[in-house]
Amino acid sequence: MCALLSSPAEEAVSAGVADRGKAAYEARCGACHSIDEDRVGPRHAGVAGRRAGSVPGYAYSDALKRSRVVWTEATLSRWLESPESVIPGQRMGYRVGDAEIRADIVAYLLTLP
Amino acid sequence: MTQSILSHRRHFLTRSGQAVLSGTAIALLAGGVHAENVIRDGAGKALRVGSDAAAGDVSILNVALGLEHEAINAYQLGAGSGLLQKGVLEVAVLFQSHHKAHRDALIATIEKMGGRPVQERTLAEYAAALKADTLKSQGDVLALAMRLEQGASNAYLGVIPAFKTSALGQVAARLAADEVMHYTALAGALGRALPSGALSFGA
Repeated sequence: MCALLSSPAEEAVSAGVADRGKAAYEARCGACHSIDEDRVGPRHAGVAGRRAGSVPGYAYSDALKRSRVVWTEATLSRWLESPESVIPGQRMGYRVGDAEIRADIVAYLLTLP
Repeated sequence: MTQSILSHRRHFLTRSGQAVLSGTAIALLAGGVHAENVIRDGAGKALRVGSDAAAGDVSILNVALGLEHEAINAYQLGAGSGLLQKGVLEVAVLFQSHHKAHRDALIATIEKMGGRPVQERTLAEYAAALKADTLKSQGDVLALAMRLEQGASNAYLGVIPAFKTSALGQVAARLAADEVMHYTALAGALGRALPSGALSFGA
């Protein structure tokens, strides 16, 4: 099915982005986050399409709990660029200023089952 | 080769170990943070402690404190694993002492700003979150530590623009410098290549 939708070259490019994204994720997000464990921040498995502040058992800020943001490519990118502008009152002060690195991280996050 | 690098690092770190933050240094680190003269907005206008801006800064510091709690426990898990050779264990304990000093500095700063420091979790909880049961060798322990130190370096640099209190930017930068020092030593011990490009941290 995938082969019908994209060429091998496109798939190779996509895989490269995901690899870069994984490395960027580990370097930039790995201090606080894991894929499948809540740490300083909540786990990221299945983040695509999930409503913000909805990982069971994680102690979110009130701002996240009240938020109606759903995590998509666009909202994740805006969040990583400036969390406070997306959900005022949230607790994540970290920003990814480099647009290319941000895009790689988002691409990786969207692959997480 | 790895042993030789580590031995060199250990020699350096042992000699510099006395530079661990003293109580006085911690007070100085937090000392620039006074409600009446540092909590300012972008235009330099003083902000009231308890304002959203100050509360935001305290929230960021508490996330940082959470990182330090985790780092202290990660090194504790490594030290207690029985996987580390004596010289490596000494370096791990030294790095842990740095994180304890960071923790104390952050707690002092948070309290000075009227906030409540986030509490440390149990060692078992950190072990589960860090998958300590998967650590089977000294290399595994060092690789985990290196990954956490790299993440912490980027985390401290990445929060600097978010601070409303200018002095906190310098605090975060000083903490980041320690984390980069740890990362570099660990990468050397593991025989890993350092980043080839400039400005690889905090982008």
